[in-house]
Amino acid sequence: MTQYIIRRILYAFPLLMGVNILTFVLFFVVNSPDDMARMQLGQKHVTEKAVENWKQQRGYDLPLLWNGKAEGEEKLTRTIFYQKSVGLFLFRFGVSDSGRNISADIQQRMWPSLAVALPTLIVGLLVNISFALMMVLFRNSYLEHAGVVLCVILMSVSSLFYIIGGQFLIGKLLRLVPISGYDGGLSALKFLILPVLIGVFSGIGSGVRWYRTLFLEEVEKDYVRTARAKGLTETRTLFRHVLKNAMIPILTGVVVVLPLLFMGSLIMESFFSIPGLGSYTIDAINSQDFAIVRAMVFLGSVLYVIGLLLTDISYTLVDPRVRLS
Amino acid sequence: MFSLFSMKMHIDQSRTLVLILLTVLLSACVGSELNNPYAQEEGGQSVLYESFSERPKHLDPAVAYSSNEYAFIAQIYEPPYQYHYLKRPYELTPLTATGMPEIEYLNSKGEKLASTANDSDIAYTDYLLEIQPGIRYQPHPILAKDAQGEYIYHHLTGEQIDRLGSLQDLPETGSRELTAEDYVYQIKRLAHPKIQSPIAELMKNYIIGFDDFSKQVANKQKFEIKDISMTGVTALSPYKYRIRIKGKYPQFIFWLAMPFFSPMPWEADVFYEQPGLNDKNITLDWFPIGTGPYLLAENNPNRRMILQRNPLFHPETYPSEGEPGDKEKGLLADAGKQLPFIDKVVYMLEKETIPYWNKFLQGYYDASGIASDNFDQAIQFTGSGAATLTEAMKEKGIQLETAVTTSIFYLGFNMLDATVGGDSEKARKLRQAIAIAVDYEEYIAIFANGRGVAAQGLIPPGIYGHAEGKDGINPYVYDWVNGKAQRKNIEVAKRLMAEAGYQGGVDPKTRQALILYFDTTSVSIDDRPRMNWYRKQFEKLGIKLVIRGTDYNRFQQKMRDGNAQIFFWGWNADYPDPENFFFLLYGPNAKVAHGGENAGNYQNPEFDRLFEQMRNMGNGEQRYRIIQNLQELVRRDAPWVFGFHPKSFSLYHGWYKNLKPNLMANNQLKYTRIDTAERAEKRAEWNKPVYWPLLIAFVVFVLLLIPAILAYRRRIRETIQ
Repeated sequence: MTQYIIRRILYAFPLLMGVNILTFVLFFVVNSPDDMARMQLGQKHVTEKAVENWKQQRGYDLPLLWNGKAEGEEKLTRTIFYQKSVGLFLFRFGVSDSGRNISADIQQRMWPSLAVALPTLIVGLLVNISFALMMVLFRNSYLEHAGVVLCVILMSVSSLFYIIGGQFLIGKLLRLVPISGYDGGLSALKFLILPVLIGVFSGIGSGVRWYRTLFLEEVEKDYVRTARAKGLTETRTLFRHVLKNAMIPILTGVVVVLPLLFMGSLIMESFFSIPGLGSYTIDAINSQDFAIVRAMVFLGSVLYVIGLLLTDISYTLVDPRVRLS
Repeated sequence: MFSLFSMKMHIDQSRTLVLILLTVLLSACVGSELNNPYAQEEGGQSVLYESFSERPKHLDPAVAYSSNEYAFIAQIYEPPYQYHYLKRPYELTPLTATGMPEIEYLNSKGEKLASTANDSDIAYTDYLLEIQPGIRYQPHPILAKDAQGEYIYHHLTGEQIDRLGSLQDLPETGSRELTAEDYVYQIKRLAHPKIQSPIAELMKNYIIGFDDFSKQVANKQKFEIKDISMTGVTALSPYKYRIRIKGKYPQFIFWLAMPFFSPMPWEADVFYEQPGLNDKNITLDWFPIGTGPYLLAENNPNRRMILQRNPLFHPETYPSEGEPGDKEKGLLADAGKQLPFIDKVVYMLEKETIPYWNKFLQGYYDASGIASDNFDQAIQFTGSGAATLTEAMKEKGIQLETAVTTSIFYLGFNMLDATVGGDSEKARKLRQAIAIAVDYEEYIAIFANGRGVAAQGLIPPGIYGHAEGKDGINPYVYDWVNGKAQRKNIEVAKRLMAEAGYQGGVDPKTRQALILYFDTTSVSIDDRPRMNWYRKQFEKLGIKLVIRGTDYNRFQQKMRDGNAQIFFWGWNADYPDPENFFFLLYGPNAKVAHGGENAGNYQNPEFDRLFEQMRNMGNGEQRYRIIQNLQELVRRDAPWVFGFHPKSFSLYHGWYKNLKPNLMANNQLKYTRIDTAERAEKRAEWNKPVYWPLLIAFVVFVLLLIPAILAYRRRIRETIQ
């Protein structure tokens, strides 16, 4: 297994390099360093000299990928790509184009993202599995049909509607929780109730249907029939046998998203003024801050690779038949 | 016995349940403000709650240049001058200075000239400024000294820096007196290439020695500039300094009221340049130090920023004079009282308008703008067209303040373009016709909810030279009818088109409808109605308008290269002087030829001559006349279709006092007063939680559960069978 993990980590390097090059090319196809400078310098009194000075101070006066005027290895190293990319692999994200340290910002902003995403995931999982099991329990009855219709309706509604509707109903009409905001420590609880509730509610439609499919697949298998033949009740069959075996796809599905929880949710964070990483990237794209965009894309890729690796490992833990080699 | 015990238990459980329900219902009656987003108690302090939607990029006064940055730094830093809070037209008044600057004119030999000297004889102008003694900086770690008088935190070790999470982790603070040298130091900072001040390139044209200094210190650390002198800027004594500028530039004094010219202690750069602090985001850009009424107590731009009253703020009192009517409005009630009135200002990050608006209505924000989504909820128009608050807003005691901003939005023509540009009579008539056809009154009504005033020329109301009434209208576009300006009939525009050679909008070269191109960054689906509106305006003349949508960067490139034909652009005044608007059409500022702010590349020698004459004059009859001549020239040449001056609408709760819009000053916070008792009372009244729908939801849930339980039991029985 150790060999497998090392091999996967080594595989990740060319993958990350590819992502990095792609981000770099896509970004600079749309924005030139001059554009970035003008965006940062504002609209008034911006002269060519000021643009040149900005680029020079931040190292954007170099060629993008190949420095024809340099000698030897510097043809490659004296470029914006090299100068801005090497540090990433050491997790040195550097300073944003507006002058803030990106690592410090990420460290600060990942916790609020996690504070929303983790309870949403756990509570959502419990709620979705419970409802899915209930629907399987009442399969082929009017309750299941009604449940499926309800799920489809819930899935059809935009998440933005849940957010605005939730804020209006619970925050404005009932006045039970703050409409938006965030605070540190335990004070964060009252701000998290509404986004978590909305996050869970908006995911019920798709989540319940997905888990119902998994459970229905299991419930028709031979071992379930055997369990029933032994005289077990339907609830015992479902909760002790079906749930356990259906946990393999559930668990692997959950593990893959675990690292990405740090990355946050754009709309949720924006509407609830939660200072997470979700809006960090979009703000950076809007302000053409390449340093942040590059760092966040890289971080997202690394976390995704970790997620996939954890998924493989979790397979071996929940299913003894799987061996990593 | 057992059944009796069981029954008793059952009764006890039921009682407990009823008690819980009663408690919940009771708390529904007495509970209050569960939705209060502020965790901390105000503790008897007067706290103002504001919001910000975008985190400020810079808080260094040498770099900051946008309104969301000025909202903070103008309360912290103090340039020598400020705008009078109440007087109109806008008037400069000393802030840290003892009086208005002494201005001396010099010839090329450095000899003093009379104040009436010809502009051509004036080679230099000296501004002599004297500041008040006894002004002290806010308590700050960078000024903390030990018993021996050594700065405690100027030589932090790597280990000490590693332990730092924020500037607040440095417990000792210190202060010192403000000196003229601090103002000189800040001007040197403006010139340092590493600081990248947005006005550095502009100031090179004015301040003597600025450019040379910039080159001299290019490779030096920021703090090293302290002992290097700039020829044009000198501290004459601890409280007096001199700025020497090239020629005569009367508008320079307005720059002295902007945060760029605030004082900066040299200790700031020495402290913040220590290696490792930048990695912790501990920089001057994020932890300012000033002499103003407030200090930045908490800087978390990702969530919240807090300004706290500066305990060392110098004596400054609320103005005792204003313009007529101010006294009647209660704006002089606090005259002579020490500023500021508010102890703490909490700025919360609020990115979306819907939660922001709802929190304002709940009383958790003291002021709000009006987004278009909420406009109808807040504002109604009377029969005469005046904007007033809706009944719902009036019931809450909300106040509406409106003001025409010192800005202009316009439809510009690229004067280098072969069709719409140039000085020919044909092109001029075409532009004039378009100016009549594009009905900006309609635009304001449709797209701005009536929040704007159609522009009659370059200068917005409130800026010297703006004329009201019949004399102030654009006679090429409007007629004066029944005491008001009325847009000319479209037939007049069609006639002009015919005179320009485009009879019925037909281009004689192609014998088809004249095609013009509108270059814009408005490419989203939300912009489509606006673009369709422009098409319709041009269609009135038979012109086919082609929208060339592009992203912001490409659009800027087109403008720089002169490849745009018609464009929509805007300008917001730096300072309240007509020069700051007319320079937008000054030939040597043409964008293509000189990279300046003359985006339409308008060139008119007569205009340039009058502009040069006007910009150096003091306000008076002669200047006013020249301004009207300049207006006439640009109205006739029509390099722009003068669009509109936006009108700002702001809402304030009834407890917000001393309210008067001041579009030039950014440091109004110190004049604001809050009636905290009224706010607490209203908040409690407006935010009582409502529990009964939860109870109903619970009952419905239980009712829904019953058939599920019955079905489940039936199924279990079926399985057993």
